Amino acid sequence: MTEAVALLTARLGDDALVLGQRLCQWITRAPTIEEDLALSNIALDLIGHARTLFTLAGELDGTGRSEDDFAYTRSDREFGNTLLCELPNGDFAVTIARQLAYSHYAVLYYEACADTAHPELAAVAARAATEVDYHRRHADGWTVRLGLGTAQSARRMQAGLDHVWPYIAELFDEDEVVRRMEAAGAAPSPAPLRARWEERVGEVVERAGLAVPAPRWRARGGRQGLHSEAFGPLVAELQSVYRQFPGGIW
Amino acid sequence: MHVIGLDAATADPESGSPGAGDGRLDRFEALLAAGETIEPRDWMPDGYRRMLLRQIAQHAHSEIIGMQPEGAWLTRAPSLHRKSVLLAKVQDEAGHGLYLYAAAETLGVDRAELLDALHRGRQRYAATFNHAALTWADTGAVAWLTDGAAVVNQAPLCHTSYGPYGRAMRRVCQEEAFHVRQGYDLMRALCEGTPAQREMAQDAVNRWWLPAVALMFGPPDTVVPGADQGTAAFGARVSRQAIAWGIKRHTNDELRQRFVDHCVPQAERLGLTLPDPGIRWNEERGHYDFGPIDWDTYREALGDDTHIARQRLAHRIAAHEDGAWVREAAAAYAAREEAR
Repeated sequence: MTEAVALLTARLGDDALVLGQRLCQWITRAPTIEEDLALSNIALDLIGHARTLFTLAGELDGTGRSEDDFAYTRSDREFGNTLLCELPNGDFAVTIARQLAYSHYAVLYYEACADTAHPELAAVAARAATEVDYHRRHADGWTVRLGLGTAQSARRMQAGLDHVWPYIAELFDEDEVVRRMEAAGAAPSPAPLRARWEERVGEVVERAGLAVPAPRWRARGGRQGLHSEAFGPLVAELQSVYRQFPGGIW
Repeated sequence: MHVIGLDAATADPESGSPGAGDGRLDRFEALLAAGETIEPRDWMPDGYRRMLLRQIAQHAHSEIIGMQPEGAWLTRAPSLHRKSVLLAKVQDEAGHGLYLYAAAETLGVDRAELLDALHRGRQRYAATFNHAALTWADTGAVAWLTDGAAVVNQAPLCHTSYGPYGRAMRRVCQEEAFHVRQGYDLMRALCEGTPAQREMAQDAVNRWWLPAVALMFGPPDTVVPGADQGTAAFGARVSRQAIAWGIKRHTNDELRQRFVDHCVPQAERLGLTLPDPGIRWNEERGHYDFGPIDWDTYREALGDDTHIARQRLAHRIAAHEDGAWVREAAAAYAAREEAR
């Protein structure tokens, strides 16, 4: 059971790290200085979550691996993040749509973990939940602002939602790891949270005057380490300096 | 980070308003003499306003452009701890840009105009950032040396005569001092690491030392016999006026000396060599001597027309243009909400 908790904890860390890495690519390119600040702040929180989760995963699985071991020494196929989190940034609307999807999910899932999970995971999740709730507010605000702003921004925001929606189902998937943990009462399954997510996000999309997309396909594979082609360059960039200096101390 | 670029010498130091006949100039000078701050509602000579605006805008632009060389390393930081530290630093710089644009706005311009002036090349930023950040160690060298120079420059600006600028600088200074310590710590880790890490650290210092010494403090403003007497004489006039108005408190050359005095012992502790064979302790002066800066060569190498300078500005303009539809949407939404 502990091994399953460790696996799940590392997956949550991977989501946070990879999304944080994508947001880092925005910095100095945001539409306003305020957004450079906001996006770097969100990235900083996410990297913080990844660090805590990786450290915990290394303790739970008994390997004693450090946060950096998880981030810098694994191959692409060993990352268990969802494809949503690795989606390339696209324009600002795609990024906001991705943030909207992830942050609503993360609030719900971290809150559920805080209530029922393994005690150490619960403590980490309780803190993360309050932080991702700020990210959710940021995404909600921009979704509405872009949806009701100009014709162009509404069109782009709708296109952003359409682009991101097929990647949402994976966030709520149940697999063997999740089922084992849930059976042991160590961590909740995300699957039952989908309805609440639909309701909350639906309300924001409606307030923005936009349509909730009904995608005809769904992405899968990230949790099993089957990533998109865009993921290789992301990991290569992340690990490049670390790997150039074997034995380095940072 | 604050910088007085090479072009600061183009400010015309003699351009103060002619004394206003109704005693406004007397009141302005009395405030300065009493060590009071000048506030936006106070009358001020045109030359004072122009000198301030140029300096604050250049400082704000330097923060924003200065995010680029370090920001480019965010995705490659070799540990999650260093990635977090760098994110926080770049975030601070964006914040400093905002405080400073706000301070400049109290002088009657708005941020959009200032950014436009930056994009059109009518206002400058620190030429220091027209150097390339080539390796991870550069992020450490920039924080230690460039921010270190900024702190030396900025500490006196916390007491500058213009109230909004001084208040912005007090917030900026606290954070900059922290950046310097983080930069030093990053360099220390490299110096205690593998030979390849150490070599990377030395290489970065070789490339960032002179830009910090030369460009972060502006042109020479102490006239000594020998090279650059013309530049120095002009610089001295600008500095005299800035000091008389309480905008600056020290000459560029005084601050430069203070910076060298700070850095030499730090470099020794790190075991790094500062790339200036002229550095040695001068018992008589109680300061470190350092080699003369060949300003003419330096100025040529760092004009606006280097590929890095073009890249910095093009990057900034692309971000601004790509984000135009977002800013328009936000403005339209705000207007709509206000009308409700």
